[in-house]
Order: sequence, then structure tokens, then C-alpha cells
Amino acid sequence: MSIGPDPCGPQINRREFVLSVLSTAAVSGGAGQARAQNQAQNQAQNQADAAPDTHAGSVPMSVVVNGEPHSLAVDPRTSALDLLRERLALTGAKKGCDHGQCGACTIHVDGRRVLACLTPAVQLDGRRVDTIEGLAGPGGGLHPMQQAFIDHDALQCGYCTPGQIMAAIACVREGNAGSPERIQEYMSGNLCRCGAYNGILAAVQQAAGQMGEA
Amino acid sequence: MREFTLIRARSTGQALQAMAAHPQARLMAGGTTLYDLMKLGVERPQAVIDINGIDELRAFDTSGQRELVFGALARMSDVAADKRLVADYPALSESLWRAASQQLRNMASLGGNLLQRTRCAYFRGGEPFACNKRVPGSGCAAIGGIDRGHALLGGSPHCIATYPGDFAVALVAFDAVLDVLGPDGMRTLPVEALHRLPGDRPDLETTLAPGEIIVRIRVPATRLGRASVYHKVRDRESYAFALSSAAVAVTMAGGKVEQARIALGGVATRPWRARVAEQGLAGRALTLETALAAGFAAFMDARTGEHNAFRVELGARTVADALMIASSRT
Repeated sequence: MSIGPDPCGPQINRREFVLSVLSTAAVSGGAGQARAQNQAQNQAQNQADAAPDTHAGSVPMSVVVNGEPHSLAVDPRTSALDLLRERLALTGAKKGCDHGQCGACTIHVDGRRVLACLTPAVQLDGRRVDTIEGLAGPGGGLHPMQQAFIDHDALQCGYCTPGQIMAAIACVREGNAGSPERIQEYMSGNLCRCGAYNGILAAVQQAAGQMGEA
Repeated sequence: MREFTLIRARSTGQALQAMAAHPQARLMAGGTTLYDLMKLGVERPQAVIDINGIDELRAFDTSGQRELVFGALARMSDVAADKRLVADYPALSESLWRAASQQLRNMASLGGNLLQRTRCAYFRGGEPFACNKRVPGSGCAAIGGIDRGHALLGGSPHCIATYPGDFAVALVAFDAVLDVLGPDGMRTLPVEALHRLPGDRPDLETTLAPGEIIVRIRVPATRLGRASVYHKVRDRESYAFALSSAAVAVTMAGGKVEQARIALGGVATRPWRARVAEQGLAGRALTLETALAAGFAAFMDARTGEHNAFRVELGARTVADALMIASSRT
């Protein structure tokens, strides 16, 4: 499906292979014809210059993820979360509820925290995405927020942790880490079923001081 | 999820053109409601018009002497943090930041938020539950079902789904209006007239005509704004829908209420202005007693089911507390 260099390269795994075959199969029945018609329509529309872009079938897009540019074609039903996890093999952002209720899939888009599960992948076109995988420094050193989570045992099972950390970094940068109450309010979209909330609060407070932006 | 044609509009003109070409299309802004419901199979549009590229609708201006103006695509988080709003219209700011989470507020647009669809579990749950809103004529599983979160006001024998939004409730308290663009040009629509009562057509939720798009929200500038609050009571302290909420604003003169505005959220099938309660307060001193009397007046017409009767007193007390908080802000 990729237009540019395949981001998965030779490491494509069985699940990705099956998924890519399935998604090709899904668009080949009927939608292929629709796409051909659509291209003809698009050509006609381009002559009347104000027509909006119309795509039946997959949509070409480009996105910069953790500093790396990717050009690819996506089915418009794909979520940003599935794009990251299944196409780009970045499994740090987690699929918890997949309905915007838990925060485990939190990523940054153009520096703002959003939920990858409720963001259609096509909305990332032309945007800059940062995930937990991109946090470490060039030498592999941890981000102060990652270190703070370790220092304060701010996790047990760890499933919510990538989302917590991405939300927490944004919370500090937004200026919403100035008091325990404010941190609690602005971290409330990230649920932790292990109940590590006290550790998370302490970690955000520590990192806020170190990030120098609280 | 059903396959759909994606159309990307970069101007309101393109959006109108796309709606005319695809009458069954749905508009998508932040996507936090629509895309969620598409995943559940509750929304099954053949075409989706992505309007996020319409830059002209992103801006908002709270500095005006006569009115505050918000583009429909302004994001909830940006508007909630606006300094003028925080200082002079706290109810508007609070109705935004007490909704959802910062991640969702970064995504969700103001216009989309007004059109947020109900969280009724029978609506979202799909088959085998009956829902007149999802499948007209199929019945209502909430009536006689688990109705703890369902509406006390504005319900019908066909639907008791609660309108879930907060911002619209605050807008209704301030007599806000919408600029709505359609095939026949622009019209002004009071926010209070946007949502319909369910009646016998719960599937028809708004008074927007096919092919219309909300482009702006306008709030008349008023000194009522400063002594205002959006008070929201939930099962947990944050990140939950309201069990009951109240947008309240008051002005006082000589120790008496000059003007009160009361709108209710989380308890009705649409944003609910409580005018009888407002009128009962005018000219009276504001005490715990008069505030509570106003709260109960607001719920005079409440109709309860099996599990939601506790929310009548909760709602009345929410209004009373909101009145006391608002008056302390004068």
C-alpha cells in the first residue's frame, strides 16, 4: 500500500502481512471501480477549480513521525492508532478502550496531545506526530518524565504508561502542572486500572521542575 | 466500519458544494463523536466531509464590546483557556474545561460539541436494544430499563435520552446565537432553538436543514458573565458526563437579585433553560432557602423512572449551589 519507501521494510511481520492483504481485499470489490470513477470525477472537478478533494478508496498522505517522514496510502477508516501500530510498527501507543475513554493511546500531533484512537489517520496528513518511541535523547537517555515515572514507581502493569507519559509531558508544557489539583484535573483523561495515581502525580511534579516549563 | 467516500473541504463554499453533491454525507470536525459512533456501527455514513481544512472557521475573538465571536472549528481547549473568558465569563470557560479530557478538548470543535450525540447506552450499544433515535419506530429500551442517567425533563414516550453536552447549556444561559450557512445563504439561529425535543421523532435531533453548516457562535457581551458558574456534579470528580449540571449567572442590586439566568445540563433531552426558576428569584434576596426554592422550581416538571429519581433533588441542589457560587463572584 505504501507509495514511498516501505516503513516496515523487510521486518514486516505476519500480522501486518495478513492485515495488508485483508485491506487490499476489502477495497478490491466494487470500491476499485468506484475509485476509477472517482479519479475521472476528480479530473473533471479540477477543471472547475473550487471543487473539494474526493476519495473513494484509499487516500495518499504524508506524515512525519518522530522526525521521520512517511508517505503512504491509507483506507480512510483507519485510525491514527492503527496506522502507528499496524503500518509503522510503533506499538508504544496502546489500544485500551479504542473509544476515547481511557487515554492509553495519547500521542502528540503538532505538539498537542490527542487520542490516536479517535483521530482518523487521514487527519495526520501534513502533520508532525510524536509518540513515546521518540522521547529518548540521541544517546538513548530517558526524557525527564520517563525517569520520573521510574523514580516514583508510577506504574504497575505499565499498559497505560506510554499514554500517561505523553499526556504528562503535554500537561507540563501547557502550564497545567502548577499544583496537585491542577495536575489531577488535567491528567484525568488517563485511567490507570492499577491505581498508581499517587506515583503519577509525584512523577509529574518532579519532571515539571526539571522540564523548567511548569 | 462501513466504507465511505472522503471529501476534504477547504472552504465553506466547498463544504456546501460537497453537501449538495452528497446529501447523505456527514460533516466531520474533531471526529470525537462521529468517528466513535462509526466504529460502533451506530453512524454509517456513505460519505464524510472533513471540514478541518476550513481555516476561516478556526478563529475566535472575545475582545468585542458587543459580542464574543467563536468560529465553529475553534478547539474546546483553546477557547477554555482564553483569559477574557476565564475572567469575565467563567461559566463559558468552565463548561468547556469540565467537559471530556484535555486530549479530547484539543481535538473537539465548538460546533461539533454542540452536536454531540447522546451517551444513552441503548443508543450506542446497537442491537439487540431498541432505540427510536437509532432505528426510528423500533421502540425505547431505556424506558423501563437502566435509566439512571436518563432525562428527567423533556422526555417523551419514545425517547428519554439525555443531551450530554456542557457548552451548549452555558450558551443557552447567555442567549447565544449561531450563524448557520446553507444553500439559501446565512441565517441566525438561537442556540436554544438548535436542539429539538424528541417527541415522536427522536431521530431528528436538531433544526438544522439538510445542507446547512454551523459557521460561528456569537454570545452577546453582558455583565451577567462575571458572576457566573458552570457547576457540574458527576460520579467522579473529573472526566465524566454530568449527573446534573447548571449554568448560572446573576446580577445583584441592593442585596436583591436583579437578573438570574439558569440553564440545566445532564438532566434533560436538550439544553434546558429554567425560566420559571429565574423569574421566581428576581427581586428577592439570595439565600440558601431562596436558592433551593429556585432549584426545585427548575425541576417542577420532572418525570422520573425507576433508577433516576435521586437526580431531582441532586439537580435542585446543583442549581442552589451554583447560585451561591455565582453570587460570590460578583
